[in-house]
Amino acid sequence: MNAQRQPQNPFQQQLDQLRLTRQGRLPVSPGLGRFNGGLEFDDYHDEAARQPIQPCPIPPELVLPLQQHIGDQAVPVVEVGQTVYKGQLLGRSEGYVSAPVHAPTSGTVIAIGPQAVPHPSGLQAVCITLRTDGRDQSPVEPELIADKSLYQTDRVELRNRIREAGVVGLGGAAFPTAVKLNPGRREVTTLIVNAAECEPYICCDDRLLTERSDQLLYGIEVVCYCLDINQVIIGIEDTMPNAYKGLLQACAARYEAEPDYFARLDIQIKVVPTRYPTGGEKQLIKVLTNQEVPSHGLPADIGLVCHNPGTLVAAYRAVAFGEPLTTRIVTVTGSGVANPVNVEAMIGTPASHLVAVAGGYTDKAERLIFGGPMMGFAMYDDGLPIVKATNCVLVAAQTDIREPREAMPCIRCGACEQACPANLLPQQLYWYAKSRDFEKTEEYNLFDCIECGACSYVCPSEIPLVQYYRFAKTEIAKERRERDQSDHARERFEFRNERLEREKLEKAEKLRQKKAALAAKAKAKIAAGDTKQDEIQAALARVKAKKAQTATPEHQNDRLDTNHSDTPVSD
Amino acid sequence: MRFETTTSPHKAAGTKVSSVMRQVLYALVPGIAVATYYFGPGVLIQIMLASVTALITEAAILRWRKRAVGRYLTDYSALVTAWLLALSIPSIAPWWLVVIGTAFSISFSKQLYGGIGYNPFNPAMVGYVVLLISFPVEMSQWPATNPALGTQLSMVDTLLIVFQPDTIQQWDAITAATPLDTIRSELLSGNNLNTAEQALAAPGIISAQGWEAVAVAYLLGGLWLWYRQVITWHIPFSLLGGLFVMAMLFSEINTDQYPSAWFHLFSGGAMLGAFFIATDPVSAATSNKGKVIYAAGIGVLIYIIRTWGSYPDAVAFAVLLMNLCAPYIDYYTQPRVFGAQT
Repeated sequence: MNAQRQPQNPFQQQLDQLRLTRQGRLPVSPGLGRFNGGLEFDDYHDEAARQPIQPCPIPPELVLPLQQHIGDQAVPVVEVGQTVYKGQLLGRSEGYVSAPVHAPTSGTVIAIGPQAVPHPSGLQAVCITLRTDGRDQSPVEPELIADKSLYQTDRVELRNRIREAGVVGLGGAAFPTAVKLNPGRREVTTLIVNAAECEPYICCDDRLLTERSDQLLYGIEVVCYCLDINQVIIGIEDTMPNAYKGLLQACAARYEAEPDYFARLDIQIKVVPTRYPTGGEKQLIKVLTNQEVPSHGLPADIGLVCHNPGTLVAAYRAVAFGEPLTTRIVTVTGSGVANPVNVEAMIGTPASHLVAVAGGYTDKAERLIFGGPMMGFAMYDDGLPIVKATNCVLVAAQTDIREPREAMPCIRCGACEQACPANLLPQQLYWYAKSRDFEKTEEYNLFDCIECGACSYVCPSEIPLVQYYRFAKTEIAKERRERDQSDHARERFEFRNERLEREKLEKAEKLRQKKAALAAKAKAKIAAGDTKQDEIQAALARVKAKKAQTATPEHQNDRLDTNHSDTPVSD
Repeated sequence: MRFETTTSPHKAAGTKVSSVMRQVLYALVPGIAVATYYFGPGVLIQIMLASVTALITEAAILRWRKRAVGRYLTDYSALVTAWLLALSIPSIAPWWLVVIGTAFSISFSKQLYGGIGYNPFNPAMVGYVVLLISFPVEMSQWPATNPALGTQLSMVDTLLIVFQPDTIQQWDAITAATPLDTIRSELLSGNNLNTAEQALAAPGIISAQGWEAVAVAYLLGGLWLWYRQVITWHIPFSLLGGLFVMAMLFSEINTDQYPSAWFHLFSGGAMLGAFFIATDPVSAATSNKGKVIYAAGIGVLIYIIRTWGSYPDAVAFAVLLMNLCAPYIDYYTQPRVFGAQT
């Protein structure tokens, strides 16, 4: 009887046939790859994933660091006291790998200068502080591309729009997105959408997919067009059934509205097992495609480019609505907040403001972490602003975190090695880092370490292994810098010596030429003038005498040399 | 609001060295129980003696080295060394034997190298070898097993034997050569395997009664350690594999002269060695491939020394010899780094 019906929407079909496992998880896709080690946590604490994304009221002040991305710091283009509108450029990007900063709302610039930023060391950096006026206004009508066809817009223009909108990777690394949309000489064929969050607590992408997958599909289209590719793999974790459903619903709706979309783009959705750190770019690629990104290489080396779903949505909004990246979804969670929830907040909002949206602190609040419990940074003050890279504000209770304790000696149990997703020998790296044998740490591939912390997590001796690796990396970087500096100094010194030597020679040459010229002149004079035999004779005699004089010391030298070299023989 | 800061990761699995060591002790319990059944309460007396000696020695040296005594004593590593040594020596050995051995293990082969984590050799096996070389007579006096009744010796008898060894007149009545020793001396005197096996005091299903049961108990304890992920399969299975393959090869070549592979696996210290001794992480190789090579090497060496060496059993020598190689094995068996070209 079904045969008579129209060909069904394949996504609706998948949705109808979806059966969760007994643990309420999605069935994992067949034919996946696997990386070594990793961790499976008992509890992913995804309470926040069950709540819809909450808006965040405009805070009285926003603190916007000029460096929220990998690359060169943005340069301020506004002055203190200046009134700015929503979306106005505050700092322009400087250099190719850089990103501009925009005003998330209207207000007045009250300070430009060093301020505490969310950095693990409590570092200060140049920030623009904005006093908001609550009107959230923009007089500028952005030029929309939505009414033009995407496919009639020049790719370079699209990339520029995304660059000028300050879009960076929202998964945590904050690499300028436009750079990744220009593969250069590398042949990119496939877009990987990294929706695997893998760290406990973080669920902003989970929620984004649940609620806004339609925008994600547009974002995918934009990026695929920029890169001129049509293969897409969306990697999603088996603990994200709502996100999966949201994605399928959006696909089904898009299929109804524009079946061509799926003819243009070959989109595969793959459910991967939730195993930390699958959200790591290289690890996810290994799981999805069973290919390994070369050590020290980029996904583009094997024809892939990897983007976070939040980034793709931001790229779409930048292209379609001319919207700069000034807000992001942040998971506010942990036993330290009353109602864990995902919050859409303006960049520069202080963490305390987000916590208020999540119902405020509970009396268990013990530690404030930007990011997840595995790779996040503990912050000392909740007045610190969230930045483009902040995917999670975790307020952890004593019971959620490891107590810093004195480490026991390494017993070489190898648990770290079993857990390492980069196939390193963490115990050897620790040993050499501790004894400051940095050459050996490099031999043991220190720089392949992604600092995921799986080794520290499993270590029965409670050694803060990752800290040792960071220490070694920093020391090596310092050594390299110093070596470069001393190389530079040496080159300059050698160059100077060379120059002095050259100048000396040139001088001597000039002098000789001058003398020769004078001599020639004199000779000419003599030849021209009366022949005075006496004078010539006298001159010749003088020359002869001079010759004899100069020759004598030379001969003496010769003799001395001979004697010298003879000495050992005669003795 | 202000917060304390720490570095990532902020989560930990919560396993501790002490819990690892404690699980090793738990896993030894079935073996101890079966050994006590067959070899008498002397097993427990030896464990007690070794434990007390180990703790006292460790505490004294830690104090001398100005280390946190309580913290290191409660990591239970001294007890693991003590129990392994106690289980390796005859249950009716005089008290001073295990005391000397344990004190030597803890002081010379563990603490003098820097304590837990720094010993290049398995401490229990160093102590065992010192005793075996210095006191060969005492080290070979195993009690005869009486399978029907379990142990022949009462607690009082055993205490007397252990603490007043000079008063015992008739050693022959209570001691017996180990099955490995019996087979070895029979074969050496020119008899064939069949005759040698008949010379066993209490032949069993696989090797000899008592011994094989203890081996099975160690096997079960070891499998539990594997299940608990305290150890990986690499070391025990490669060790037993190395021993098995060697034994199989030679018994296939000459069935008359070489005991079967199963006999080797369930005799002497093979099971204890495979699951509890060779798996000491500090002195073993650490990479997975390294562990396989390391342990297979031990298995092969056990067979070689048992068959052609001058000692009936060989776990201690084989383990120590491979301990020597462990750093080099590790160096040459580094895993291929993620993304590295082969």
